[in-house]
Amino acid sequence: MSKEALGHEYLSFLLGGEEYAIDILRVQEIRGYEAVTSIAHAPAFIKGVINLRGAIVPIIDLRIKFGIGLAEYTAFTVVIVLNVGERIVGIVVDAVSDVLTVHDEAIRPPPELTSTVDLRYITGLAMLDERMLILVDIEGLMLSSEMALVDESIS
Amino acid sequence: MSYDLSQFYPVFFAEAAEHLDAMESLLLGLNHQAPDAEDLNAVFRTAHSIKGAAGTFGFTDMAELTHILEGLLDRVRKGELGLSDPLVDACLQARDVLHKQLATHRDGAPSDPDAASVIADRLAAFSISLQAPQLASTSASVSAGLVLEFYLPGSVPDQALLAEKLCRELSDFGNTHVLSSPSVEGQLWRIHIESCEDAEGAVGVVEFLAHDVHAITDESGTIAQQGGARKIQEESAFGLFEPEPAHADNEVESAYGLFSENMPTPNADSGDDSYGFFSALPPIAETITPPANKRLAANVDTTIRVGVDKVDLIINQVGELVITHAMLQQIASALDPVTFERLHNGLAQLERNSRDLQASIMTMRMVPISMAFSRFPRVVRDLSVKLGKQVELKISGESTELDRGLIERIIDPLTHLIRNGLDHGIESPVQRRAKGKSEVGLITLKAYQLSGTVVVEVGDDGAGLDRARILTKARERGMQVHDAMSDQAVWALIFEAGFSTADVVTDVSGRGVGMDVVKRNITALGGRIDIESMVGIGTRMTVRLPLTLAIVDGMSVAVGGESYIIPLGYVLESLQPDDAMVKRMGGVERLIQIRETYVPLIVLHELFGVRNALTDFSQGIIVLLEVDGRRAAVFVDALLGQHQVVIKSLETNYRKVFGIAAATIMGDGRVAFVLDAVALVSKANAAVQAAA
Repeated sequence: MSKEALGHEYLSFLLGGEEYAIDILRVQEIRGYEAVTSIAHAPAFIKGVINLRGAIVPIIDLRIKFGIGLAEYTAFTVVIVLNVGERIVGIVVDAVSDVLTVHDEAIRPPPELTSTVDLRYITGLAMLDERMLILVDIEGLMLSSEMALVDESIS
Repeated sequence: MSYDLSQFYPVFFAEAAEHLDAMESLLLGLNHQAPDAEDLNAVFRTAHSIKGAAGTFGFTDMAELTHILEGLLDRVRKGELGLSDPLVDACLQARDVLHKQLATHRDGAPSDPDAASVIADRLAAFSISLQAPQLASTSASVSAGLVLEFYLPGSVPDQALLAEKLCRELSDFGNTHVLSSPSVEGQLWRIHIESCEDAEGAVGVVEFLAHDVHAITDESGTIAQQGGARKIQEESAFGLFEPEPAHADNEVESAYGLFSENMPTPNADSGDDSYGFFSALPPIAETITPPANKRLAANVDTTIRVGVDKVDLIINQVGELVITHAMLQQIASALDPVTFERLHNGLAQLERNSRDLQASIMTMRMVPISMAFSRFPRVVRDLSVKLGKQVELKISGESTELDRGLIERIIDPLTHLIRNGLDHGIESPVQRRAKGKSEVGLITLKAYQLSGTVVVEVGDDGAGLDRARILTKARERGMQVHDAMSDQAVWALIFEAGFSTADVVTDVSGRGVGMDVVKRNITALGGRIDIESMVGIGTRMTVRLPLTLAIVDGMSVAVGGESYIIPLGYVLESLQPDDAMVKRMGGVERLIQIRETYVPLIVLHELFGVRNALTDFSQGIIVLLEVDGRRAAVFVDALLGQHQVVIKSLETNYRKVFGIAAATIMGDGRVAFVLDAVALVSKANAAVQAAA
């Protein structure tokens, strides 16, 4: 069976009541939320930086960025550590739900509606049984200028 | 069928760069009247090695140019062509073009095919008149069959393909047959070459890909074991073939005593000091040079090449170890010291060991400053020719070590200082004679360690700075100066932007876009620069740099719940203020009175937007910083302590933040930011000036 027929693997997570999915190859690890060191003059959704085994890694709360879900931090709050464009960043989400295989034919183009996530970074919608997954180009989103993670001169 | 050689490109790039550097220093060291045969051979070999390797990897532009260069050098070493300044110049230019070509292949820098054809024509011009004698000499050389024995690296998936490729390369040297081709990797390969004239060249080609290369002539066996001397170093960096002395010994024994005069030994002191005495007292040369050779060979054998990323990885891991220890320590501190005495002892020992480990690993990042210094002989030579001056460069303390990251960043400032000394400092030969000085000017470059810093001195025995002229220029530029200024203050003026006293603007220097940049670059590295100068005697620029960029001595301070690190080098003092000392200026900017002076005040929790910090000045602490003679005071909640912290870039995964130079990891595993004292002080001073 070819790789296409197998589909791609995605990691899905919950934000508010919605279920998002990102390419699993971008995910380095999943860990609990720990205290961050906040950065001066950073946007509110950039919580700060943590020490990830010696690397200084910025942490972004997607719930604040997209204004969905409750931005509270408990023992169950999770951080998805991503590898995007040679950088390491962590994102805070409500919960990690699943690792799924999505076949290309199950993916529909996103509707032309206004959305909390910029439509440029939504690659499609996937229907799995009763669930609807919003597929996000997490690399493009994280490196975009609105995330303010990268110096303008570089991006 | 083609074999993917791209996995070897990095090795080729590194080696070709080394060969080019060696070629340059050998060319610069050549004695034109009586060139040493071994030096000429060594130069020839560098060109030859690059040609062979470039051809193997398909970098035809480099192969073509080195082919011409090699032909010319071959004729020189056979005595068919005399050495001359123009010839050496042409060779040096060719070397520069090759360097650019290498950069093109490696970094994708824009290529310049015109430059290559210009220099190729120039090189060819030297040899045109000498076509005829060459035939005679080649027919005279002995032809013998050659058997090459070698091992292929185990990392290569398809050894047979690689061997096939090798045979094709070797066919330049004669007809080839594979005598034994092992089916199991790690076994000996044997290739036979019929009537091979250039055994060394063939070995060079093979060594690029294989290791433990032995060459055996099938008749006499005279060049057997050619590769033997290089066996040890091959293991980790297969194909590392430099024209090192061990190699040279095989060929020209008679030149032994003399040839290191012109070799690029790390310790050029002996060569420099004996300048001028050499021809008169050959015995000295003979007694000095052999030990230098041995030391060089020994260094090569005991060195392994390791990627910087690997070292940095270990540094990170050891940092983690130290943090883990701190965590254990914290847990153990809650336990009764009597009952758990052994645990506490063990932890104390662990701390010592991990600190030692950290210190040792830091030394792995240290490299000798000769990596920076080695390029300056060329700079001085080219520039002195251009300016019509006679200059000798004297280098000492090349083995002084400093952080690798620093080396790259001091090259430009040092180059500028040397060019400046040569252009503005050293007088023309006529002027020098009139002053009763030797016509040959002297530029000294000296490095040494002094109490945790590296000092680099760039001196010249030229005219010295002209106080009156600097003051006149400063007035013309509308700077605030007066005649009673101290010499130091006057010299410091030349670091101001747009300041130049050169009467004639040359393409060397004189546009006044240098010294301020030099100073800025050095300050950015946490260093400083001082000038001493005497009219008619000379000028000396002293650059002081921290040993490493990877660790900084810092003072940790608390602001609200956060802690920050202030680099200790900028801290003058800390004191407890009272409210009366703080004055407002222009409504927003605050000044603090410290004894007789007013200093701009930076309130850290306001700048960084930290909540829950002390707002009452009389309850906190003021830390007074000084950068480049300018001061600023920083208000914080409390001082926490002094640490050596490991610097981590914030920009690796995030971006630059104003006021923050880097991040570090504290003993409890949390991230703390290191303040950018340079930026903070200059911004605070600028803001106060704007408000005034």
